[in-house]
Amino acid sequence: MSNYTININGKDKQVDVDPSTPMLWVLRDHLQMVGTKFGCGIAQCGACTIHIDDVAVRSCQLPVSAVGDQEITTIEGLSEEGDHPVQQAWLEHDVPQCGYCQAGQIMSATALLKNNPNPSDTDIDQAMNGNICRCGTYTRIKAAIKTAAKTV
Amino acid sequence: MSLVKTSYGRRSFLKSTAMAGGGLMLGFSWLASCKPSPEQVLDMPKEWFEINGYLKIGDNGLVTIMSPNPEIGQNVKTSMPMLVAEELDVDWKKVIVEQAPLNTDIFTRQIAGGSQSIRQGWDGLRMAGASAKQMLKEAAAKEWEVPVSEITTKESMIYHEGSGKSAEYGEMASKAANIAVPEEVELKDKSNFSIIGTSRKNVDGKKIVTGKPLFGLDYREEGMLTAMIIHPPAFGMKLKSLDASEAKGMSGIKDVFKFKTFEDGHTYGMFDETAFPEMIAVVGESVWQVMNARKKVKAEWEPFESHSNTFMGWSGDNTFEKAVPAGKENSPAHVEKMKKVAVQSAETVRKDGDPEKAFKNAAKVIERSYTAPFLAHNTMEPMNFFANVTDTEAKLVGPIQTPEFMEKSIAARLGLPLDKIDLQMTRQGGGFGRRLYGHFVVEAAVISKEMKAPVKLVYTREDDMSYGNYRPAYHALYRAALDEDNNLIGFHVRAGGIPESPLFANRFPAGAIENYLAESWTIDSNITVGAFRAPRSNFIAGAEQSFLDEVAEAAGKDPIEFRLDLLDKAQKAPVGENNDYEAKRYAGVLKLVREKSNWENGAGENVHRGVSAYFCHNSYVANVLDLVMEDDKPVVEKVYCAVDCGIVVNPIAATNLVEGGSVDGIGHAMFSGLTFKDGVPEQKNFDRYRLIRHSEAPKAIDVHFVKSDIDPTGLGEPPFPPIMGALANALYKATGQRHYDQPYISNKEIIG
Repeated sequence: MSNYTININGKDKQVDVDPSTPMLWVLRDHLQMVGTKFGCGIAQCGACTIHIDDVAVRSCQLPVSAVGDQEITTIEGLSEEGDHPVQQAWLEHDVPQCGYCQAGQIMSATALLKNNPNPSDTDIDQAMNGNICRCGTYTRIKAAIKTAAKTV
Repeated sequence: MSLVKTSYGRRSFLKSTAMAGGGLMLGFSWLASCKPSPEQVLDMPKEWFEINGYLKIGDNGLVTIMSPNPEIGQNVKTSMPMLVAEELDVDWKKVIVEQAPLNTDIFTRQIAGGSQSIRQGWDGLRMAGASAKQMLKEAAAKEWEVPVSEITTKESMIYHEGSGKSAEYGEMASKAANIAVPEEVELKDKSNFSIIGTSRKNVDGKKIVTGKPLFGLDYREEGMLTAMIIHPPAFGMKLKSLDASEAKGMSGIKDVFKFKTFEDGHTYGMFDETAFPEMIAVVGESVWQVMNARKKVKAEWEPFESHSNTFMGWSGDNTFEKAVPAGKENSPAHVEKMKKVAVQSAETVRKDGDPEKAFKNAAKVIERSYTAPFLAHNTMEPMNFFANVTDTEAKLVGPIQTPEFMEKSIAARLGLPLDKIDLQMTRQGGGFGRRLYGHFVVEAAVISKEMKAPVKLVYTREDDMSYGNYRPAYHALYRAALDEDNNLIGFHVRAGGIPESPLFANRFPAGAIENYLAESWTIDSNITVGAFRAPRSNFIAGAEQSFLDEVAEAAGKDPIEFRLDLLDKAQKAPVGENNDYEAKRYAGVLKLVREKSNWENGAGENVHRGVSAYFCHNSYVANVLDLVMEDDKPVVEKVYCAVDCGIVVNPIAATNLVEGGSVDGIGHAMFSGLTFKDGVPEQKNFDRYRLIRHSEAPKAIDVHFVKSDIDPTGLGEPPFPPIMGALANALYKATGQRHYDQPYISNKEIIG
């Protein structure tokens, strides 16, 4: 076990965990931040997507020991009131069905728009291809990203 | 307007009302545990007045409506309360929705399955709203000393025109709680609906997009431990011995032990089936610690002998046996076996006319066979459940589609009375039929009992995918007989599967063809299977609709015209008696999709179209699918969907379900499959099991509903099966080759 201080959503958090513990489980089990979801554990489904310095990262494959002083953003920290343009676009398009993958989808979409404010369909496909939605809400997600792009 | 009785048979539909003695206090203790949504922007009332089991009204007019059924993404948590709200005449902005507790004394059929929630809740939910409205009206009439017949309501307001008096619902709530439940209530004329038929957004939307704890996996209690299972590595195997010494000494690990989910000789409940009734539990403080300890557990496994399990039927009154053969099964051998069985005659399920003669006299006979592999459900939220079992009671919380059934299973397994089992439903990260089978609920309970502590059982994706109740592997052989004028004079389907048959003998084209034969067969297997979104239809629709396309082509007819001709016959002069569809509505969706897709004029150069139509779970769906080939790969440009599900309760959500079902159907037909080698699933995670991804989804989906005032039917399943046929038929147009075996695209290509 080792002590880590990690900056999450602008706040320093302390955890005492094994260095190999993925950030996904640090968030979910040790910090009770459960918005970041467990889907596959091998970075194939995107449900656990968080931001490290504004880049989308699969937290299930990111050991806590590798975080250092980089800044982490999770779905809980995307906006204070839940009114980030991407979140608003998701509500406007009524995207979710079961909703389980959507936090990861939103985190991937937000990182995309940060780096590419006007993504083409191909840009969206490429950036979002690592996020699986078994309910099949892909067309709505694409529409929501385009709506959000107008306001981000 | 229609007058309905508020009781069903022997029991009163609305039980709870008169409970509010004194008119102020809530009747049921379980209501106390239902906390209002914390982020709700509305001010909470000081007091709630329970009107009936479905709703309570606050002194400030806020209304809480209970959503009775499990929410698995089919959006019943929004659409079911809409039915209550409609008849209550409440302003939707003043509605808070809560997941109802499991209480089948009040709520009927608390199941997420068969696309039945809206269809079977249609009368009851509206009646609950109408009864409450009637009680509010009677309270006002009493208060104002006017006849109740002169009272009207609109958007949470009560009016008496003659005296000019009015009141908000909140003002009358305490008095209404003392009014007796009316024995009869009037339901609105459908033309007066103001909520049903209008788009209302997902009531959990804000919580979902902000990452609030909603799902089973998010649930936690103080002192809760994490449990994981180790199951036999292959179907056909069982536990022989366990050496847990190393794992037990690891950091954070509380215990490692073997356990039996069900006792030997147990009569399984309808949804209890498990391939691995004895497993190893690893319990510790956190998921990561338990995951690591699992790797250090040493276990030996051995093949089991052939046996059979006894199951209780749906009603609980009857039992049936399921054979579990010994052996480690292989997918190539499965396919060979199915091909062999398919050429032999099988059990006749339906026979009209003289099919043998029709085929003998045919000018042309077309025979084709179709196959599909096992599928894993792959809900994005893996199986999990919370359990806290003591000597006297058990609390269980999590995602389950059959809470009522599992409550009984838990009571039986723990030897506790039913009223000592508190089973609570969370939002579910997908269901698709997987969570009908709740062995994991029982596993969690048994582990908690052993640990004498609250535990949350968590499956990894690998556990989830390699320990499933899968969609069976299927095979269907079709034959069609055409006469010299290309009339379809005979039709033969012989369908089967491992270990279940996909046949629906009484569905289209049964009823439309003079000489018809349907046969069914099965091959036993120890691989556990279960319902998977639109069970059986999820294969047979694609097979049948591909075959009809080929027959239409052989007959030189337009594929839509060909189907419509058959449906016309089924409508005007149906063959046989048990035809399980309405030909007129079936034809209706085909006509609508023909119009909306501009079928007559075609899709344009280099765009390849396929059509299909299917009926299942009481709803009708037709598809036209347009695809283009880019770098020799099919790209779905557009999907047109025409749907007849009667009244569309919530158009925005209904459209979402149809879009999603189309994407899901294209994905599974194109890419997905689970294969076995020596009893071991060869795909255990998304690196090898391929689900459709963003770039493979249709670029546009155009959904149209048939305008209807028929009572609504479900939408969770019906949009899923037919698209597979439209896809196969479009692929044929694009490639010149028919596609008979799913998945249509090789599964070898892995996206990383």
